[in-house]
Amino acid sequence: MCHQTVGLVAGELEKRGIATTSITMLREVTEKVGTPRALFVPFPLGYPLGRPNDPELQTRILRAAFSLLERPAPGPIVEDFTG
Amino acid sequence: MATLSDLSLKNRIFMAAYRYRRLDPVPFAVPRRPLSSARVALVSSGAVHLPEQTPFASDIKGGDFSFREIPGDVEVARLLVAHKSDAFDQTGFLEDRNLGFPLDRLREMAGRGEIGSLNTRHVSFMGSITAPGRLLSETAPAAANLLAADGVDVAILTPL
Repeated sequence: MCHQTVGLVAGELEKRGIATTSITMLREVTEKVGTPRALFVPFPLGYPLGRPNDPELQTRILRAAFSLLERPAPGPIVEDFTG
Repeated sequence: MATLSDLSLKNRIFMAAYRYRRLDPVPFAVPRRPLSSARVALVSSGAVHLPEQTPFASDIKGGDFSFREIPGDVEVARLLVAHKSDAFDQTGFLEDRNLGFPLDRLREMAGRGEIGSLNTRHVSFMGSITAPGRLLSETAPAAANLLAADGVDVAILTPL
């Protein structure tokens, strides 16, 4: 349900002019909700930034998520984290 | 990789029948400025809170739709996790809060100039909300209003 919550909050932010990018571990849920921009990561629920105490991987995931801000409208946009 | 089929039988049965709320139309704000000059806020559904804040409640029917403001200067390791969901493994998150609330990573990116600045506050929800009526009508708009008033340009959202 975390994924629905994140998508719905993202929608309220976007309505106020704040561009959002989200991480998702459940592509099916994110697509159903219509989350505006989401990076699909191949990690289990509970591990959106990949691995604990792995700053290098966590930073790569954040950079990939922020890169979705460069995609043209319209959303929703879901892309895979490819490492 | 996670799919719905990884969930416990109880959660699978619930989610198979669940009708997700859909953003329709999908709101889509074009970023106002490049990330290197943007003000960024973090929004997590990992139910983190300060020790002195009221924890999220797990006994509210339909889920606790409240949120906590997390000050921008918080020491990440001090954050407590109130999440009661049995749908995911919390081991990693309890070991390293940055796994779901990556504020230290964002600080490093801001320090290198990849991000313009971080907002003075961030937002924490508890994601396990099955009845999102009041999330949609009250708390998600309230949280978005706070960040908009702060002049936030970009938000990054992490589910757990």
